[in-house]
Amino acid sequence: MANLTLDDICVRFGGLQALTDVSFSLTEGEVVGLIGPNGAGKTTVFNVITGVYKASSGKVDYDGSTITGLRPYQVLSMGIARTFQNIRLFQNMTALENCMVAQHSRSKVGVIGAVLRSSAQRREEEVIAEKSQKALDFMGLGDKTDEVASNLPYGHQRRLEIARALASEPQTILLDEPAAGLNPAESVELMEYIGHITDLGINVLMVEHDMKVVMGICSRIVVLDHGVMIAEGLPGEIRKNPTVIEAYLGQ
Amino acid sequence: MTTQESKKLWMACGVGLIWFLILLWPLLGIQPEGLEFGKTFKVFGYIAVAAVFIMFFYQIKEAGHLDAVGDPIVSAKGRFQELYEKTPRWILLSIVLGFAIVFPLVTGRYAHDVSISVLIYICLGLGLNIVVGLAGLLDLGYIAFYGVGAYTYALMSLHFGMSFWLCLPIAGVTAAVAGSIVGYPTLRMRGDYLAIVTLGFGEIVRLIFNNWMGLTNGPNGILSIPRPDIFGFELNKLWMLYYVILVIAVITIIAVYRLNFSRIGRAWEAIREDETAAELMGVNTFLLKLLAYAMGATFAGFAGAFFAARMRFVGPESFTFLESAMVLAMVVLGGMGSIPGVILGVLALVALPELFREFELYRMLVFGGTMTLMMLIRPAGIWPASRVGRRSEEAD
Ligand SMILES: Nc1ncnc2c1ncn2[C@@H]1O[C@H](COP(=O)(O)OP(=O)(O)OP(=O)(O)O)[C@@H](O)[C@H]1O
Ligand SMILES: [Mg+2]
Repeated sequence: MANLTLDDICVRFGGLQALTDVSFSLTEGEVVGLIGPNGAGKTTVFNVITGVYKASSGKVDYDGSTITGLRPYQVLSMGIARTFQNIRLFQNMTALENCMVAQHSRSKVGVIGAVLRSSAQRREEEVIAEKSQKALDFMGLGDKTDEVASNLPYGHQRRLEIARALASEPQTILLDEPAAGLNPAESVELMEYIGHITDLGINVLMVEHDMKVVMGICSRIVVLDHGVMIAEGLPGEIRKNPTVIEAYLGQ
Repeated sequence: MTTQESKKLWMACGVGLIWFLILLWPLLGIQPEGLEFGKTFKVFGYIAVAAVFIMFFYQIKEAGHLDAVGDPIVSAKGRFQELYEKTPRWILLSIVLGFAIVFPLVTGRYAHDVSISVLIYICLGLGLNIVVGLAGLLDLGYIAFYGVGAYTYALMSLHFGMSFWLCLPIAGVTAAVAGSIVGYPTLRMRGDYLAIVTLGFGEIVRLIFNNWMGLTNGPNGILSIPRPDIFGFELNKLWMLYYVILVIAVITIIAVYRLNFSRIGRAWEAIREDETAAELMGVNTFLLKLLAYAMGATFAGFAGAFFAARMRFVGPESFTFLESAMVLAMVVLGGMGSIPGVILGVLALVALPELFREFELYRMLVFGGTMTLMMLIRPAGIWPASRVGRRSEEAD
């Protein structure tokens, strides 16, 4: 029941009201698009959900419990993983290691187990590597296992970020502009991958400027402007909504 | 190479030499008796000739006239590399270990003394490597934990008559506790601030050693600390102590290696690469940074307990900032995050000054010059950490 609900979220940075009473929800198996002009507060929504920023008021519920105030690593272990607008891979680690880090919260052998290299530790390491490899395979990076992240081409790095998020075995995934910087062919490919992700029963909240991608895969769209939700609805409705058109044209 | 490029190189060489002269003259030429030029130009002459000679050689090599000599060297190096990669690792390791075991049997007291300090610094370097190399936290007060370990053994053995082997783990624990206490307030800090705070803490610990007369006997230090023993037999020869620290160092190497290639080590490296991303990917960064401080301090604590037992004396002046800087230099010079690198870094910084003893007055100058040169030639360290595909490889 991985339902994510934002309830009257407000965020203030000093004098700047970055989000004002934002409320929407994401239910199981859904792909929701979060759009809006530059500086509308989309990334801020992600940061509030994942615990990077504190909301000045309002709350975020997930899976029947409140997650506002949790630290980011706790939010991840609840089952919400994310990617970043500007790629933030562990640059000097291999593709596989990047994914293995995401398994940290799903494994538990400590210092003593590691130093003694107990059989439990070795078994756990095998499981971690196996699951991470599966995440890479899933995103079509199966042959890039030992490649250092910074050596991968840009498009692969974008996909590796998603693979890393998937390696944490999430129920909800937040994608911040996954198609940014991709060429049209790569964007189409990406849409297919996101389709596969939803087939796994993972719900997706996606920020994206590429309207082809958004209209193509989102079942519902939320529109932000200056931190205020100005519209919410089906792709067809949003496309025709005059307030939305004005917000984009007024930019 | 074109004449144009060649001319440019000679220009650069000339400018460098003039700059060197400007630096050299005030050092050698300004004397209490007045200004002097002879000596400066004599030294400068030697260096200028050497520089011109090297430049000349370099140009010949670039022009390809030395290929007849160079190519066999390059291919020999390639073959050596191949041989190194083909030989199973355990053979290489047993050769190194065998050498370390035989070493004191064929050498004298002086060599024992130097090799004991090499092994102590290996423990310190590898411990600091966890904090700096793996977790990416700059720690300028690391030597304080070495001091905590040393004082722990000194006090425990003198006041309670506890044996070295019992005190060793206790010294590790007290150092780890000290590490956590230092680490805790720095958890929210990054970069420069972290460096300053750890520097301050290192000094605070040293001042405590220096001023807590009742406990540490202040600047006079603690004397006649008992040596380690085995079943009541006192290890009173230097080569016996060599084997004690060898065992501690080998355990440290294995422990650090295994931590490095575990889920904990991966989390540390993730923090070093991108702390925010690590936290968002499920790493409890506060806990793991604290753990890095504590684990790093533990190995320093072991080394410290041995140091106290070996010197039979501890005093606050052994734990100054300069020592922290030395250990940090070893880690950086050898290659951050790389275990063989750190060991080579230690060898370079402990053994080189010994080799340079014959330069006497200029020993530290040569030493500093070598360090600068090495960092210019190999900025990532002597043996940089190789991450490509190695981490997941399960070699035991
Ligand atoms: N940490 C912060 N401190 C101060 N202001 C911030 C902070 N983070 C974001 N802001 C401000 O909040 C507003 C919303 O930023 P946000 O990054 O959420 O926009 P966005 O919708 O993701 O834009 P873009 O399309 O450019 O990514 C901006 O005006 C930004 O300057
Ligand atoms: Mg953004």
